[in-house]
Amino acid sequence: MAPQYMLGNEVIAHACLEANLDFASGYPGTPSSEVIDVLRYQKERDFHIEWSVNEKVAFENALAAAWCGLRSLVTMKHVGLNVAADPLMTSAYTGVTGGFVILSADDPFAHSSQNEQDSRCYAHFAKIPCLDPSSLQEAHEMVLGAFPLSEEFGLPVLFRPTTRICHSKSDVISGEVGTEHRTAVFNNDPRQYVVIPAHTRILHKILNEKQIPLAQRLVELGYNKAERRGKVAVITSGIAAEYCMELLPADVSFAKIGGYPIDEAWLKEFIEGHEKVLVVEELAPVVEEIVRQVSGVVPVFGKKNGIVPYEGELDPSSVAAIMKKAGIIPTKEYQEAKAPADVPRRPPLLCAGCGHRATFHAIKKVFKNGIFPSDIGCYTLGLQLGAVDTTICMGASVTVGSGISNAGEERDIVATIGDSTFMHTGINGLLNAVYNGAKMTLVILDNRITAMTGHQPNPNTGVTAQGVETPQVSLEALCRACGVTFVETVHAYDYTGLVEALKKAKATGGVKVILARQACVISEKRAKIKRKPFTVDASQCTGCGVCLKFGCPAIETDDEGKASITSLCSGCSVCAQLCPSGAIHVEGRS
Amino acid sequence: MKESFDVLIVGVGGQGTILASNVLGEACLQEGLPVRGAETHGMSQRGGSVETHIRIGGQYGPLISPGTADLLISFDLLEAVRYHHFLKEDGAVVTNTGMIVPTSVFQQNLEVPTEEALFAQLAGRTVIAVDAAGLAEEAGNILSQNVVMLGAASDYLPFSVESLKNAIAGLVPSKTVEINLKAFDLGRSSV
Repeated sequence: MAPQYMLGNEVIAHACLEANLDFASGYPGTPSSEVIDVLRYQKERDFHIEWSVNEKVAFENALAAAWCGLRSLVTMKHVGLNVAADPLMTSAYTGVTGGFVILSADDPFAHSSQNEQDSRCYAHFAKIPCLDPSSLQEAHEMVLGAFPLSEEFGLPVLFRPTTRICHSKSDVISGEVGTEHRTAVFNNDPRQYVVIPAHTRILHKILNEKQIPLAQRLVELGYNKAERRGKVAVITSGIAAEYCMELLPADVSFAKIGGYPIDEAWLKEFIEGHEKVLVVEELAPVVEEIVRQVSGVVPVFGKKNGIVPYEGELDPSSVAAIMKKAGIIPTKEYQEAKAPADVPRRPPLLCAGCGHRATFHAIKKVFKNGIFPSDIGCYTLGLQLGAVDTTICMGASVTVGSGISNAGEERDIVATIGDSTFMHTGINGLLNAVYNGAKMTLVILDNRITAMTGHQPNPNTGVTAQGVETPQVSLEALCRACGVTFVETVHAYDYTGLVEALKKAKATGGVKVILARQACVISEKRAKIKRKPFTVDASQCTGCGVCLKFGCPAIETDDEGKASITSLCSGCSVCAQLCPSGAIHVEGRS
Repeated sequence: MKESFDVLIVGVGGQGTILASNVLGEACLQEGLPVRGAETHGMSQRGGSVETHIRIGGQYGPLISPGTADLLISFDLLEAVRYHHFLKEDGAVVTNTGMIVPTSVFQQNLEVPTEEALFAQLAGRTVIAVDAAGLAEEAGNILSQNVVMLGAASDYLPFSVESLKNAIAGLVPSKTVEINLKAFDLGRSSV
């Protein structure tokens, strides 16, 4: 095929289609989400694709498909692998018959994440192979190779792209979509799939015996390669390898690690005879630790002696600086270029007409001295509105709330969580809060979709990943089933209704749930739902600033300090409800 | 090995920087050049500042380091100021004269930066200023501002005009091809 200009996640999805994938599941998370999105929208290959409710659920579904002999994929972002870590660790023992690829996308610099953990450590922990691409073309070849590798060793393969693979683009040559399909057949074999102690001790030994042949195979397959060119060597991995190659003098030896576990004998042989070695990799010192184990008397430069940072992402100029510190002269010079100071910040914002903004505003009005645990989603942006006090991981709004309550803190606690996050890992926390007698209010910001990652459907949307209608879950019934007796649903644009419900919750004991419901304004726009925009009557506006503090991107001030509403207005009406002088009204009406 | 021509496209989430980068990527394919690009996805698209890196002829990593870009195309004057340190000394900036004032400025009652003050911060650079909104409206759709900007930048890009136009025609919705090609021409003849 001729080269195409493709997004990394598109390349990965296409390689799965070429590899005859028959099952895909995942939970959305930046930068991984587009892989399943590309698969579910393509028409060339028909197979089961699902957005699961969380990563553990997604993982176990895909694992079971691989136990039935299908080629199977599960996708998530790095922190999702924490949620799926339980089945991950033991899936290495049970192994698989069909090729099973776990895509865990890492996010150096935490562009859209709560931490910078390194998925390669999980592969080491679980004793499964890990493939770590440095370019989009290599990502394509690795995904194609990951399925047969998984089948050859009977092990899940962790595929670990980073943000600069998933969300970068390049000219890529891909192949034809596969036409073979397998039939799922589960072979009842309790010694393989029932991990009671008597079975698992044997499975662990078998897993350990696979490790050295696996490491050797990764060199044979060309995932790990080295070229001796001089007395000094650079050993690198992932996207950092690209920056190194751009800057590498011709007389410096070069090794690139694309597959783990690393064959230590092979690596030792390469390092021997060099005067020094520089290890350049993003995040954890995974390669460096192995290099230090086998380097003997050869000095090693890397993270452990302060040459390479442990955090953030690298780029050509930072790699050039690293090379210089290690005494290697890069082929390009970089001048220091400082970012200009004093440019007003432009952080991302909740959209004009987002129902979450009104809900946060009402929470702040009713609970002036409250504690506000929150969660992972667009609504984490409620931080800018002073309505988010904690965010740690998916589902932790409820549990941090109940924990603060049961610790004895006496202030009011109002936790906020999105509908998708509530179904991901919030339900257990709510069940636990009621069971253990917490006193708190949980506001479910129900926009009927997983918005932040690109509007993926969930059980609350009423449609599957493949567009099939499915029963829409009742969040009210779910909360009541957890034992909550105070469950109220309010339209998020009904500011008075929100305030009333919150006041009632404040006066009630135990665990209370308020569902602040309003479909995501972006979903509505796509569905061509339109409301009349609002406008400010300048003769009535006193310039008090109440609407400006609401923080809607559609509200500005004019030269006279009076409010004005821009074309971004989606007609939610909340600013008109807030305006103390009644100066805001629907366009065309007075 | 031949050096890449590095372009940084910046703007505000929702302004169409990704379409603009796709146009440059397709133009590379048409001219048989390798290309590497990096984009902002996820939360930063919610009206935040966005940057797209494109290394025309690039064969290595997708990121452009500060101080090395050959060209900065900015869809917003404030963003041109925020990112101009990415340019190498003799790099050019093609910027929209229009600006979306960040909501935080109104919320926190900060002073709105003036056009003059912002241009003053770009002093010493080769600056090509374009009224993208005006030209897009003239072309027939305010949403074609991104293509106006590409037209204005076309003399600085290492492509033939034909490759750029082919790429635009292939990437925009079929109903809007005519408007977008007009937007490109208006941008191109404005500088």
